[in-house]
Amino acid sequence: MAEHQHEPVPYKTFILIWVVLLVLTVVTIAVSRIQLDALNIWVALAIASIKSSLVVFIFMHLRQESKLFKIGLVTLLVIVAIFIGLTFTDVLYR
Amino acid sequence: MTKIALKNTGFYSESPRSGILGWLLSTDHKRIGIMYLFCIVTMFLVAVCLGLALRLELIAPGPTIMGPQTYNATFTVHGIIMIFLVIIPSIPAAFGNLVLPIQIGARDVSFPKLNLLSWYCYIIGAVLAVIAIFSGGGAPDTGWTFYVPFSTQTTTNVNMAVTGALMLGFSSMLTGINFVTTIHRLRAEGMGWGRLPIFIWTLYSTAWIQVLATPMLGITLILIVLERVFGAGLFDAARGGDPILYQHLFWIYSHPAVYIMILPGMGVISEIIPTFSRKPLFGYWAMAISSLAIAFAGSLVWAHHMYASGMSDFAILIFSFLTFIVAIPSAIKIFNWVSTLYKGSIQLAPPMLHALAFIFNFAIGGLGGLALGAAASDIHLHDTTFVVGHFHYTMFGGTGFAFFAALHYWLPKFTGRMYSHKPAVIAWALLFVGFNVTYMAMQAVGIQGMPRRYYDYLPEFQTLNVVATVGSWVLAVGLIMMFVNLWNGIRKGTPVGKNPWGSATLEWSIPSPPPLENFGEKDPVVTKGPYDYKGVIADEY
Amino acid sequence: MSIEHRDDTGARFGMWLFLYTEVILFSGLFILYAMALAKYPQEFAEASHKLNIYFGTINTIVLLTSSLTIALAITAIQRNKIKQTLTLCIVTIVLAIVFLINKYFEWSAEISHGIYPGSNHMAELGPGITAFFNLYYFTAGLHGVHILIGGTLIGVVAAMVAKGKVTSDRYTLLENSALYWHLVDLVWIFLFPLYYLIL
Ligand code: HEM
Ligand SMILES: [Cu+2]
Repeated sequence: MAEHQHEPVPYKTFILIWVVLLVLTVVTIAVSRIQLDALNIWVALAIASIKSSLVVFIFMHLRQESKLFKIGLVTLLVIVAIFIGLTFTDVLYR
Repeated sequence: MTKIALKNTGFYSESPRSGILGWLLSTDHKRIGIMYLFCIVTMFLVAVCLGLALRLELIAPGPTIMGPQTYNATFTVHGIIMIFLVIIPSIPAAFGNLVLPIQIGARDVSFPKLNLLSWYCYIIGAVLAVIAIFSGGGAPDTGWTFYVPFSTQTTTNVNMAVTGALMLGFSSMLTGINFVTTIHRLRAEGMGWGRLPIFIWTLYSTAWIQVLATPMLGITLILIVLERVFGAGLFDAARGGDPILYQHLFWIYSHPAVYIMILPGMGVISEIIPTFSRKPLFGYWAMAISSLAIAFAGSLVWAHHMYASGMSDFAILIFSFLTFIVAIPSAIKIFNWVSTLYKGSIQLAPPMLHALAFIFNFAIGGLGGLALGAAASDIHLHDTTFVVGHFHYTMFGGTGFAFFAALHYWLPKFTGRMYSHKPAVIAWALLFVGFNVTYMAMQAVGIQGMPRRYYDYLPEFQTLNVVATVGSWVLAVGLIMMFVNLWNGIRKGTPVGKNPWGSATLEWSIPSPPPLENFGEKDPVVTKGPYDYKGVIADEY
Repeated sequence: MSIEHRDDTGARFGMWLFLYTEVILFSGLFILYAMALAKYPQEFAEASHKLNIYFGTINTIVLLTSSLTIALAITAIQRNKIKQTLTLCIVTIVLAIVFLINKYFEWSAEISHGIYPGSNHMAELGPGITAFFNLYYFTAGLHGVHILIGGTLIGVVAAMVAKGKVTSDRYTLLENSALYWHLVDLVWIFLFPLYYLIL
């Protein structure tokens, strides 16, 4: 049975992404040494989200997958956000 | 039709291995489904006996047949078995496996080996749960909810029970992964999304919940074990923990889990009602979408179990509001079933009777749920036997009756034999009456203020408790009669053809019992909808 | 009798679904973290300082690199370069081991300071710091278990590559274990700033 397979991603792309990830790691450490109060955690989370999108889309080939895979991921993220967000309605207002 | 021994027909006769190994190592979805069915019914009967014992204890105030510790252990084990070993896998794992691939025109699920692994997880979980009763510091006495701090302090065998529940969660999750993938990838040619039977839609929604909610149970249970081993204080307020967060984590899984329990039951009913009304299902897309909507909305409401826990008033407000939203898609379903019945040529065969009982019971359970969803009334009703009555109405009166309906509907397909209808109808009547007497009485006494999970009660509650206990005996007689009748049907019932009920879904177009790989040489091509009864004729039996 | 059915996309989709379950598993711990952080921001910053940022950074680099090597292994097998594939798998496993050794030293240092779940010293540090370290140990511990599983998985698949059971036109197993490995990396991408870098 013929199977749809992905085009190989060139080594170069992967290595480039790896370099970006390392740079972002340095950035996140550097930023964390600056006192921004509550903002620190949001910046850290933002950088972590960028890093993970790179891993998910490039390293994990999500870019090459069909829509179904992407919808699934969005569903997951929405659910996780609901779980965390609604728990805050309790903890923050006690 | 001539009678041939069951083991010489259909998929029972075709297996690469013979004897018991042909079952234990089989990756055929039908064999796995039958194995699940067998285990689930066995566990159900065990837990029913425990339930009857609880009811017997409550026939009079004070200790009658057991003391407090035994009572605590009994309701805990009854709850654990009923929830994790019976109701959660009942319809999805047993009938999902039997029916799903055939209804979408596939030869098996996407990952047959994973399917078998999932069954083994179930068995390991079951064995651990049973061992937990008889070993260590005695049977767990925490209730099936394992609330902290008691669950991290009691000396009973919570560790093993929790590990068992973890394995059962794993089993359920793997089944979910398998079903989502199967429904996406293995639909036959022509089986578009608009032609999926509603049973498939509900299994699909359920499978997503199994994937996205079950791991939360996993981590919660892991944390209990870690807490018991290390004594770290994760949920101990004095050490920076928060006992209410345990309840959040637990219900983040366990509320969606009630939709794992009920959605497939709704799917079964959605197959049976049109078949026995000889009418297409009313509002196909409303039914399909409301299944997804229930699954999604189910993830928004978990803290309605916690109004009395001490969580914030703001959260109570939000969760109470959200809870009422879930009532909408559930009500849509009830309306659509009733509209399907309207002006149909209704045939009161046993599956249909159970389906109608489902609608009746589930409506009562659902409305009771609204009383519990409203924070004001819940503060009064919380932890009374009203709650126990309510969830038995939804889980037993709902899913349980849907399971019985599924047994009466599909067993002839998978055994090729028809049970006798008269005892089936009498058993149904006993079940219906016994069930309603038992749990209506429990709801009533709950409103009067009788707390749940106690072996004892004040004398003024006795009348209703006696009624409930007598009801449970009627229920028991009905159960015995039903299972005996089904068993006789399997062994010596009249052989049936492909389509005894005149249904239009795919499983009725192949022999009963179906052959290995279901469809013979050629893959099926689907050309009509699941409820298109034009030209469909029921076989005589 | 049985008709050979092959569905690589289905297999990958199944793996993604499994990864979702892993994300939810960890999200339970992250929920506990978020709630405790909201309650004890000062104590969390203080506790975070007690963690050794060098260990954390090195392990971040190790994991990112291992993610790279296993991603490269996929390209290698697609191009039918079996030897390269094997080398890359082995490098990944070695990096996994480096990560665990690093973790071992980090944890022994902390434990020798009396910081571990249920210790007496922790009780003296107060509720906020205790909450931090409890969560830190359980999250990092669960993550460590995943490293072990992922490394083993890659080892098994590498053996299958060597035996010719996983080939350039049938490599879903390698892809799926790579996906698992990336997930382990993803968890760490969040774990690292949340535990080592809060100020
Ligand atoms: C003949 C059938 C049954 C009888 C007589 C029965 C009776 C009872 C009784 C008396 C209790 C304890 C009330 C208390 O003191 O709190 C109970 C609890 C419970 N039952 Fe049943 N039951 C039956 C079937 C079922 C079924 C089919 C299910 C599930 C689908 C179920 C699920 C539960 C659960 C989850 C609890 C709560 C346990 C706990 O408090 O932790 N039962 N049942
Ligand atoms: Cu609920």
